[in-house]
Amino acid sequence: MSEYQNIFTRVQIRGPAHHGVPVPSGPWSRDGQPFFSHLLGQIGNAQIGPFYLGTLGLCSLLCGFIAFEVIGLNMWASVHWNIILFLRDLPWLALEPPSPAYGLHLPPLAQGGWWLVAGFFLTTSMILWFARVHRRATQLGLGTHTAWAFAAAIWLFLCLGFFRPILMGAWGEAPPFGIFPHLDWTVAFSLRAGNLYYDPFHMLSIVFLYGSVLLFAMHAATILAVGRFGGDKEVEQTIDRGTASERAALFWRWTMGFNATMESIHRWAWWFAVLTPLTGGIGILLTGTVVDDWFLWAVKHGVAPHYAALYGSVADPAITQGGK
Amino acid sequence: MAMLSFEKKYRVPGGTLLGGDLFDFWVGPFYVGFFGVTTLFFAVLGTALIIWGAAIGPTWNIWQINIAPPDISYGLGFAPLAQGGLWQIITICALGAFGSWALREVEICRKLGMGLHVPFAFSVAIFAYFTLEVIRPILMGAWGNGFPYGIMAHLDWVSNTGYNYLNFEYNPAHMIAVTLFFTTTFALSLHGSLVLSAINPGQGQEVKTAEHEDTFFRDFIGYSIGTLGIHRLGLFLALGAGFFSAMCILISGPFWTAGWPSWWSWWLNMPIWPVH
Repeated sequence: MSEYQNIFTRVQIRGPAHHGVPVPSGPWSRDGQPFFSHLLGQIGNAQIGPFYLGTLGLCSLLCGFIAFEVIGLNMWASVHWNIILFLRDLPWLALEPPSPAYGLHLPPLAQGGWWLVAGFFLTTSMILWFARVHRRATQLGLGTHTAWAFAAAIWLFLCLGFFRPILMGAWGEAPPFGIFPHLDWTVAFSLRAGNLYYDPFHMLSIVFLYGSVLLFAMHAATILAVGRFGGDKEVEQTIDRGTASERAALFWRWTMGFNATMESIHRWAWWFAVLTPLTGGIGILLTGTVVDDWFLWAVKHGVAPHYAALYGSVADPAITQGGK
Repeated sequence: MAMLSFEKKYRVPGGTLLGGDLFDFWVGPFYVGFFGVTTLFFAVLGTALIIWGAAIGPTWNIWQINIAPPDISYGLGFAPLAQGGLWQIITICALGAFGSWALREVEICRKLGMGLHVPFAFSVAIFAYFTLEVIRPILMGAWGNGFPYGIMAHLDWVSNTGYNYLNFEYNPAHMIAVTLFFTTTFALSLHGSLVLSAINPGQGQEVKTAEHEDTFFRDFIGYSIGTLGIHRLGLFLALGAGFFSAMCILISGPFWTAGWPSWWSWWLNMPIWPVH
């Protein structure tokens, strides 16, 4: 048993490349001559390509490219077009949203206008990509589960950068584009909200995030463990249960008294993954709109303990000196 | 009792690591085995001690129950039960239960002729727990550096420990861990979606197989890793997330005591930059 753990493909068999099941004829067809990579073949399929671009894919990539360029060029401009500083400081550079003073108005380009432009093209790119995934699935006669899972991710993105700023009345509430700057924004956001760990929807989102990783570890390990019985043929095993499915099910039944089926484990997987951004987005939308301080909210509802005041009360400088 | 229609022929004796056929039986759907007995022992004892800790604590509020480790002043010594000793015994019980559970999984794998991927994967999670509650406290010289057992208490611990290093998101191992957590969830959604979309193609359409799955992913991104490969990738990503989580907390304290944002000054101070 120990010599068969199924981590790498030992013998790779090369047949002719598969060009894919037919697609309905139209102005677009598949691009690229498929080729093989021995390295990829060690863990999965060796074949790379062909690729279907299509109108939606082309437009999506174009919008994504424009957003990428707007962000990158703004970062470069922020160091006065010095290429060395750009490379050195890249992780710290940002394209920041407009200041809160602009509210939901359009600011000049250099005062956050470019942030709106980048956000517009990035959002358009993602929605076009959603439409592309949806169309590729329906043209092949598949369900549209992938597209709707992607829509859940778009929901979280829009909650952070679009819906919540509108509810709060200022684009300045949105996160910046940038590597370290978006981390700074995240920590500052949590601190200002009295620690996001007390936000119940943040709790749920983390549960589903960790749960997704746990589920994938359990599922992937189970399938690899029954690989020698053909466990990876999940669709076939769903329609016509074989010994791989039976052993996989019994492993968990004997371990924890409960088992999923070959199909239902993928429903668990889909819901856990999709609920991660779905609940996360709700947690973001409630912050600052419905609940100002999650710690005080948690104390009020008996979730967090009330700590005795160790220090004298301090007046909020935002009240004494004005908020801006 | 509680058997699936096909279950009887799989319930064969043998494959045990310890105890021979003494504990080689089932209770309802559960396999017992020697390690089932030890799992039960540690789990019941640990749970009872948690309830005892709650009973001598200030509250029965489920969110606020807190079994804390000993004060830092106890160092690596034993503390009185009410001053963190309970936490110490509960930690031993947890490790005993987790280890027993993993070994029981090994026995079940052997019974079913399966690979050992699941107990291996679980042992990565145990390693992460062991790192948080044993390795790092030992390296820092006090059990008080472990996290407390309580719903809000452990969140407060994570929060406070993070702010000890100003902004924990600048911790490079934390960055890798978070990236792997998000990537694993992303990959899980793609895998779950693909299988469901092949099995549930819509009213009146035929169920599709791997040929369609591969075609969809090649049209989609130019590459399909395949039905076997996605499970290798998923396991690798998930275990990587657990491993780097353990690494990111292990280096915080024992190997880096300043704020994590300043760790990145090595990048700014590299001699390759012609400007300063």
